[in-house]
Amino acid sequence: MAHAHHDHADHGHDDHAHGPDKGIMRWIKTTNHKDLGTLYLFFSFTMFFIGGLMSLVIRAELFHPGLQFVDPELFNQMTTMHALVMIFGGVMPGFVGLANWMVPMMIGCSDLALPRVNNWGFWLLPFAFTMLISTLFLPGGAPAGGWTMYPPLVLQTGDAFPLLIFAVHLMGISSITGAINVVVTILNMRAPGMSLLKMPLFVWTWLITAYLLIAVMPVLAGAVTMLLTDKYFHTSFFSAAGGGDPVMFQHIFWFFGHPEVYIMILPAFGIVSTIIPTFARKTLFGYDSMVYATASIAFLSFIVWAHHMFTVGMPLAAELFFMFATMLIAVPTGVKVCNWMATMWRGSMTFETPMLFAIAFVFLFTIGGFSGVMLALTPVDFQYQDTYFVVAHFHYVLVPGAVFSIIAAVYYWIPKWTGRMYSESAGKWHFWLSAIFINLTFFPQHFAGLAGMQRRVPDYAVQFTDMNVLSTVGAFGFFLAQFIFIFNMLGSCYGWFGRQRNLPDRVWEGAKGFEWIVPSPAPYHTFEDQYPLPDAELSVHHDAKH
Amino acid sequence: MTDEGNQQQEKRQHLSRLLLLVAGMFGFGFLLGPLYTAICEATGVNGRMKVEASQVQAGVVDTSRTVTVEFVTTVNGSPLWKFSAEQPSIKVHPGQLYTVNFYAKNTQNMDLVAQAVPNIAPGSAAPHLRKTECFCFNQQPFKAGEEKHMPVKFMLDPALPKSIDTVTLSYTFFDATHLAAQSATKPRS
Ligand code: HEM
Ligand SMILES: [Cu+2]
Repeated sequence: MAHAHHDHADHGHDDHAHGPDKGIMRWIKTTNHKDLGTLYLFFSFTMFFIGGLMSLVIRAELFHPGLQFVDPELFNQMTTMHALVMIFGGVMPGFVGLANWMVPMMIGCSDLALPRVNNWGFWLLPFAFTMLISTLFLPGGAPAGGWTMYPPLVLQTGDAFPLLIFAVHLMGISSITGAINVVVTILNMRAPGMSLLKMPLFVWTWLITAYLLIAVMPVLAGAVTMLLTDKYFHTSFFSAAGGGDPVMFQHIFWFFGHPEVYIMILPAFGIVSTIIPTFARKTLFGYDSMVYATASIAFLSFIVWAHHMFTVGMPLAAELFFMFATMLIAVPTGVKVCNWMATMWRGSMTFETPMLFAIAFVFLFTIGGFSGVMLALTPVDFQYQDTYFVVAHFHYVLVPGAVFSIIAAVYYWIPKWTGRMYSESAGKWHFWLSAIFINLTFFPQHFAGLAGMQRRVPDYAVQFTDMNVLSTVGAFGFFLAQFIFIFNMLGSCYGWFGRQRNLPDRVWEGAKGFEWIVPSPAPYHTFEDQYPLPDAELSVHHDAKH
Repeated sequence: MTDEGNQQQEKRQHLSRLLLLVAGMFGFGFLLGPLYTAICEATGVNGRMKVEASQVQAGVVDTSRTVTVEFVTTVNGSPLWKFSAEQPSIKVHPGQLYTVNFYAKNTQNMDLVAQAVPNIAPGSAAPHLRKTECFCFNQQPFKAGEEKHMPVKFMLDPALPKSIDTVTLSYTFFDATHLAAQSATKPRS
């Protein structure tokens, strides 16, 4: 069976005889989804590295109370840039890279629907981030008003301001083109017989994420455009002097911002829903409920934005509405967590590195969900707003959440991408060090925050010292541990450490789907001729539906 | 192949629908502003109120109730003006018209234009504060060093919720010199 499909893949090869070009032009001109996936992932991890260095500056400064390494101005630039680089440069392109590689392979088609747009969308990013990061060297420094860009503070940014806005525009265009590409591909190019409710869950979550992106990235673009005209063309969207209102920016920003946080977690749900069944050797529990839960989370994400603004002085009715709507999101999220646990229940589990990261995701993401529900309580949030408790909350959902899922996905698919296995023992070292240090970094921040330590301030009262020492040690440990991962993965890419290409098509015996019936490494072109997915490869079985 | 042609056409249709959605949402972002303002003014949320004179009929004065109205004055950003209320608070009966004076002085040796922005706390009092005259209705030009005494005529209407016994009326002075130079017309309301 598997052999027959080899022929398919190879057939594509000889027929068109277009393997990759040689040299640098291959990467600049490529429209191949696998090449672009690789580029996105390399870009993403470069940004994780740069953003990580910025976070180390922050943590070094907060190691002790008082000011020691950087002046407050640079500190503020670091918090702002760290967030922008990690969100728009690290997490989002990371997921887009995975979508590039895996969406066509999972639905059995040869490429994304608009390959040229795909190339263009990627190459906007290096320009956007070169521009953004170069502001560190401008007079007046980088943007320092927080990633949320609230006016009037952000309007005091110096020469960096127009570059910030332009960079955000470019990132937005890149995300929108990527999202459109994913939607058109998924809706029009699935293999024969793959109905929507037979798609792998990663494809589903990306479809919904792409719609979120298309809906809210333009709103962000509008918001920053208004900032730009307020600063240079004397409009008064957010300036009270001319009849505008700065709080209005917060509403518009968070109308984008809350769906944005789900943009950074829905693909992670898809990844975890792919990995756990593989290593539990069972089909995913509650496939349909996973799909509906994802869709309802996406819908709810549009009506909860003001939970970021409980303290701006809204009327009681609005406070209550946003509180209850926010708490409601915990329900579909809880459904997902229960489904993952039920999938593992009585499975014959093994604990390869991707599985370890996926299980840690379920556990640690849930901690972030709990602190989220605490923050959703309006009267409680009045106290927690702008403290380290919020920082702890969103780092639990974003680092052991979104970032762990990206790492898990890379471990899971790198043998398929490169044809070479990673080192399992290095993977285990990486996992345990990451899991320990990430908790050391962020767990104490809950306590510091509850006790009143403010976020985005370079100094703090002495009673918070112990918690901050732990946090800083954790952050440096976590950063260093990632090099184990980077070398492990590069080893598979380049065949270091004597790694051979000797893997079967189905690298993980419990894995199912189109990607596991093509050779490892996956040929440059796959599924040029489409054919139905064999029933045994489906990630879901709808009883009596066929 | 017709099959492939079909797929191409479907793709294109999808693409144009999605692009339309993108354009629509970009516009929607801009629409959120006016929408928000309209909602706030209609409901008095956020202590906002229409920045325009209201009609006040001589009605019944509710002498059984006394409400304290406090005044707060702020200059936004660098202190280009001295700005204060001539009395910190006043006790009023709902239904009666009162006049209070504010004082402002341009402390710079250049001409400036100020725009005062009012705000009322608690927000639920905002729809019940009626002003027939206010320096906040227009931009206020100040010659270098000029000082002004500016009256505000206002009334609390008797429908003011019973639970409210103190209303705070605050004014913030914004430097509107650029805006005035640019559009020499009245401010957006
Ligand atoms: C059960 C689900 C969740 C609930 C109930 C929840 C609730 C909240 C609330 C109420 C806040 C505002 C806190 C404040 O500023 O005072 C907040 C902040 C935040 N949340 Fe969540 N959240 C949830 C899940 C997530 C997820 C999945 C992510 C991202 C992957 C996320 C990312 C963030 C971020 C980045 C912030 C802070 C933004 C900032 O102020 O810079 N949250 N969350
Ligand atoms: Cu939110």
